[in-house]
Amino acid sequence: MSTTAQPPQTQNSGKTATGAASAASKAARLLADRRLPVVVTATLFVVMYLVGLGRYQNFGFAEPQVFLNLFIDNGYLLVAAVGATFVILSGGIDLSVGSVIGFTTMLTAWLVEKQGLPVIVVIPIALGVGAFGGFLMGYVIHNFEIQPFIVTLAGLFLFRGLCLVISKESIAITDSSVSSMAQAQAQLGVGFLSVGAIIALVVLAVAFYVLHYTRFGRRVYAIGGNEHSAMLMGLPQGGTKIAVYTVSGFCSALAGLLFTLYIQSGDPLHATGMELDAIAAVVIGGTLLTGGSGYVVGTLFGVLVLGLIKSIIQFEGTLSSWWTKIATGVLLCAFILIQRAMTARKKT
Amino acid sequence: MTTPPTPTPTPTPAPRWRALTQHHLFWPVAVLVVLLLINVPFTPGFFSIKMTDGHLYGSLVSIVLFGSPLILVAVGMTLVIATGGIDLSVGAVVAITGALTCSYISDQADQDSLAGVFLAMGIGLVAAVVCGLWNGFLVARMGIQPIIATLIIMVAGRGVAQLITDGQIITINSEPYKLIGGGYWLTLPFSIFVVAAVVAITVALTRRTALGLLVESVGGNAEASRLVGIRSTRIKIMVYVFCALCAGIAGLMISSNTSAADGNNAGLWIELDAILAVVIGGTSLLGGRFSIGGTVVGALVIQTLTTTIYTIGVPTQTNLVFKAAVVIVVCLLQSPKFRTKVFGGRFGSGSGAKGGGASAGTPADTAQSTAAAPKMEVS
Repeated sequence: MSTTAQPPQTQNSGKTATGAASAASKAARLLADRRLPVVVTATLFVVMYLVGLGRYQNFGFAEPQVFLNLFIDNGYLLVAAVGATFVILSGGIDLSVGSVIGFTTMLTAWLVEKQGLPVIVVIPIALGVGAFGGFLMGYVIHNFEIQPFIVTLAGLFLFRGLCLVISKESIAITDSSVSSMAQAQAQLGVGFLSVGAIIALVVLAVAFYVLHYTRFGRRVYAIGGNEHSAMLMGLPQGGTKIAVYTVSGFCSALAGLLFTLYIQSGDPLHATGMELDAIAAVVIGGTLLTGGSGYVVGTLFGVLVLGLIKSIIQFEGTLSSWWTKIATGVLLCAFILIQRAMTARKKT
Repeated sequence: MTTPPTPTPTPTPAPRWRALTQHHLFWPVAVLVVLLLINVPFTPGFFSIKMTDGHLYGSLVSIVLFGSPLILVAVGMTLVIATGGIDLSVGAVVAITGALTCSYISDQADQDSLAGVFLAMGIGLVAAVVCGLWNGFLVARMGIQPIIATLIIMVAGRGVAQLITDGQIITINSEPYKLIGGGYWLTLPFSIFVVAAVVAITVALTRRTALGLLVESVGGNAEASRLVGIRSTRIKIMVYVFCALCAGIAGLMISSNTSAADGNNAGLWIELDAILAVVIGGTSLLGGRFSIGGTVVGALVIQTLTTTIYTIGVPTQTNLVFKAAVVIVVCLLQSPKFRTKVFGGRFGSGSGAKGGGASAGTPADTAQSTAAAPKMEVS
């Protein structure tokens, strides 16, 4: 009895086993696909947008301008997050982003208002200071082999402190060229984009090109994937690392300029904690925090998702601003767990 | 490993001096003493302690009083860093604990009832422990990098704290609760006793039992520790829970000192200060060794720096610039490569041990220098 019952049973179990195996291999292939997180984020964005459409249709959510406002209101965050993407792809981390943004707003406002310099001179100075700050941090990280975490932490303190050294109070910018630049709009037929949003999109395009079509971009991925292997291949890891932090500093300074345009003042407490938003956007955009895997397009979707959370909360009206933080945390957690599942697959 | 190497009694004074400077607490303590001495020309009677209304007052007392939350958080952080991790969520945990406790107390009819206050504190600390368990679970079980795993609570935690307080600053008026952060006992601020108790328990647990050795072993090499039979997962979860608990007590102290819970600003940036205190105290961020005493001194150095900046009349806003300078200097001095480049082979060989902690021949130090060696040859 038991022997006759045995064959179909084993056959059956064998079938389920192969079925499970094929399903598992399919899942493994899906999980191993590096584009998966970007696709998940993009889908999430579309779903959230559709839910928003369904819920707030009568409140003007469907207007194209609502969508374009995502770029206008988060342009500076996009630029900062693009800089953070470079650093995270190379396996590092940059905590100084928010402080550099705050410092740039302060420096710009101070130079324009108190020193009376023309804006056209101030912009290169601000960008240069940001890039130089990033260069210094990269130099220390590479040459003295101190963890990026602690070096950029010192950068965070330093730039926030320098903000306060310039002035304790916020400086309003009344310069006419700044306000005219801030109010300039590019008509797109269905809506308009601000100068900041356009610059942010240009930065995104340049970053995309640099990361995927230049030698430097390949090196960033290689070093993030395995620093030791990259070194054995003869890649100039020192120069690349320093360059990555310089790019991040430059992007932070540019984000600071866009933020200045957006808010038209310099304040020592501007953009506190923005580095967390930038890192969260990068992670939600599917870039592996261990480095070496991810797309700058994902960062765009990460920023858009964060921006959409903010505008949905605005449209909801009854929800308070702290739900933004909670939602960001929950999303961050979900995406980190997805990443974990991916890397665990790859190892076995 | 970090037990103080007793200075060997030698006839000549020079080696004794060298033994003293090589003690892992020498440099942190020296910095602290120098900072304290800087105050003397600016504040006559800086060291004097007055007795008023049966309480002791003085600059030294207030340094310890205002520094006590930082000491607590930093002690917890030390153990986490010793396992090779880091906990960014302590600031958020401080805010959550304060918010929960204060909102519970403020809902009560009689805010002075002891039972209610204890229950409120219990609820707050349980929330802190839950945060710690979550961090530990993510780091030890899921194997997520500590910076990232704790980033989740750092971001979401402040939102949760604001959710609890409804975005407002909850003020309370409870005499028993006031004691823990702002009260006096036996002429001294009560928080000093809390800190002393926590530090004593921590030192006893880590240095009188094998626990400290296990923590260091996990930090040195988690996989090797697991293979020799140390439950590294459990140790890691434990240190994150302990760190969150310390942050919770600090949260009670901060909210009790101001009699208010502020979800947005309570414990803001305390995680960075705590990491800084740990680094100044000579604990390596790479994990594998730690010094509780060094951390306490490090936290006091930070608090003294803040107080000094206030008293000598430097504009307070330069505080952060000073802190940045301290971080940079301490890190550069701890970096073996920097020591070789600047001081030559004498210090780089690992026997100099400036910046505290790096006493000769500790495994972490030698590991660092051997790891650095091949890279230098190639590049």
